[in-house]
Amino acid sequence: MSALYTIWLRDLTRFLRNRSRIVTSLAQPLLYLAIFGTGLSSLLSGTSSLGGVSFTAFVYPGVIGLTIMFTALFTAISVVYDREFGFLKEVLVSPAPRLAVALGKVASGSTIALLQGVLTLPLAWLLGLPLTLGQVAQLTGIMAVLAAVCTALGLLVSTRLRGIEGYNLIINFLMMPLFLLSGALFPLAGLPGWMNVLVRINPMAYATDALRQVVLAGAAQPGFLAASRLHPVSLDVLVLLGFFVVFLVPAVRAFSKQE
Amino acid sequence: MSTVIETKGLGRDYGDLVAVDALNLEIQQGEIFALLGPNGGGKTTTVGLLTTLLRPSRGSARVAGYDVASQPAEVRRHIGVVFQGPSVDEQLTAWENLDFHARIYNMPRPLFRQRAAELLALVELAERQHEPVRNFSGGMRRRLELARGLLHQPQVLFLDEPTVGLDPQTRRAIWDYLAALRQQAGATIFLTTHYLEEAEDCDRTAIIDGGKLVALDTPAALKATLGGDVLHIRVTDVAAASELLRQRAQLEPRQGPDGLVVEVADGPRRIPELVALLDGAGIAVQAVNLRRPSLEDVFIKLTGRGIRAEAAEASETLGRRGRMGRRERGGDR
Repeated sequence: MSALYTIWLRDLTRFLRNRSRIVTSLAQPLLYLAIFGTGLSSLLSGTSSLGGVSFTAFVYPGVIGLTIMFTALFTAISVVYDREFGFLKEVLVSPAPRLAVALGKVASGSTIALLQGVLTLPLAWLLGLPLTLGQVAQLTGIMAVLAAVCTALGLLVSTRLRGIEGYNLIINFLMMPLFLLSGALFPLAGLPGWMNVLVRINPMAYATDALRQVVLAGAAQPGFLAASRLHPVSLDVLVLLGFFVVFLVPAVRAFSKQE
Repeated sequence: MSTVIETKGLGRDYGDLVAVDALNLEIQQGEIFALLGPNGGGKTTTVGLLTTLLRPSRGSARVAGYDVASQPAEVRRHIGVVFQGPSVDEQLTAWENLDFHARIYNMPRPLFRQRAAELLALVELAERQHEPVRNFSGGMRRRLELARGLLHQPQVLFLDEPTVGLDPQTRRAIWDYLAALRQQAGATIFLTTHYLEEAEDCDRTAIIDGGKLVALDTPAALKATLGGDVLHIRVTDVAAASELLRQRAQLEPRQGPDGLVVEVADGPRRIPELVALLDGAGIAVQAVNLRRPSLEDVFIKLTGRGIRAEAAEASETLGRRGRMGRRERGGDR
């Protein structure tokens, strides 16, 4: 337990020390919202298929998810960095159980990604979507689970790869399809079968689905959300927890293996 | 005195490559033990096996009374390691690096604060303890790693090439710390090096080459196996001189970095005779150098080649790491 906390504490210390990183990752969701919201909504002007909310408001939950995924996957790279720059040896030769080390990494990555996610919530007011305390609490829960899923995925990738370049390559390759097939930019109802399969194996789809249902709960026409959702929020979260276990178990196993 | 490190037929392969083979060692409490050998000789693999980072392919090893394969957690609790490459967190301060270490080794906080302050003073970093490590020079980082390796009062301290890349002054200082440490705490020190003069400061030295132990004794005893003085003779015609010395003086000259190397029982007396012999055969002698035998001579005798050339190669490889590499070459004599 103390090893887990120590790993977490170090990563958080490093994160909070790196101010420029926090600012950049704050600017990112704003940028995405401006680009997707303004750019794409001009294309769609006149259509009213989004349950009465603006396209920007429709995209916003996806941008929350994107921010978390981005942060989590690029925080998990610290495992690769630690290996490259030698710090991992200090940890591996210590009496700290490997399981605690791996879980500490997941905990710190999730915390950092969740922090970044929470920082995107004030944007809701900017978009005319005032959130109640209950909504904020629900969103925080969903974001925490998504952060854990993405960090576990990042850890899994990092245990399979040796170099930083390899990690970046795989992550960049993964990130765009995960985002584009999440339903962030278009409703998922009525997609062709092959695309539907890809959506169903994409954790981001369940996260976006859950986040959107909570964010738009008061703003969209009641029938719209029920018609366009994948699952109720609780089931989405359950599926996400399933993904977490599927990513975490092999990641921890690979991490614990002695060379 | 009790045995702290014991290996029996220890071996490790990487695929088809045998990195370490049939290693039998017995190291006593309080000993300073050096594993000497060229790069690629199996030193770092041996340290990896003894510190539980690598699993043995064959044989067994016990460190501090625990088996490295079946009780790795117990072994880790009792050892400190200073790795060959850097392993401190550059973003954290020196103090924070030690703090991390203390937490992960479950040290009581008051003990940590006391030990950390003592050790930072010992390695002369007390004044800069709250600076991020990225501002530190290579030598300062090494000293910090040394302090960190000692923080939790390990029974055995492993140092893999602890002084590579350091200037001679820092190297000397680190040796002084190690000697002080042994005296104060009775700790056992296991180090690897390819600096021969460092191995000379140890209680016992093992020479490893191609993954195999080729010699193991005190530095003095190893040197005594050479039986006398070593003459380095620089001549114009090495081949002819070698032949002549073999036939007429019953010596066994070797090719050294500085011409011919011969071992003789009484160096000073033989020099005039040998110079006259070579002169008489028309071979010009450019220089003669008399040395008491060094570990390098032992190494050459046992392995048939010098360690220096390989050391230079090694620092060349490390040189790819940019600024660290430059310091490396600067520190190499």
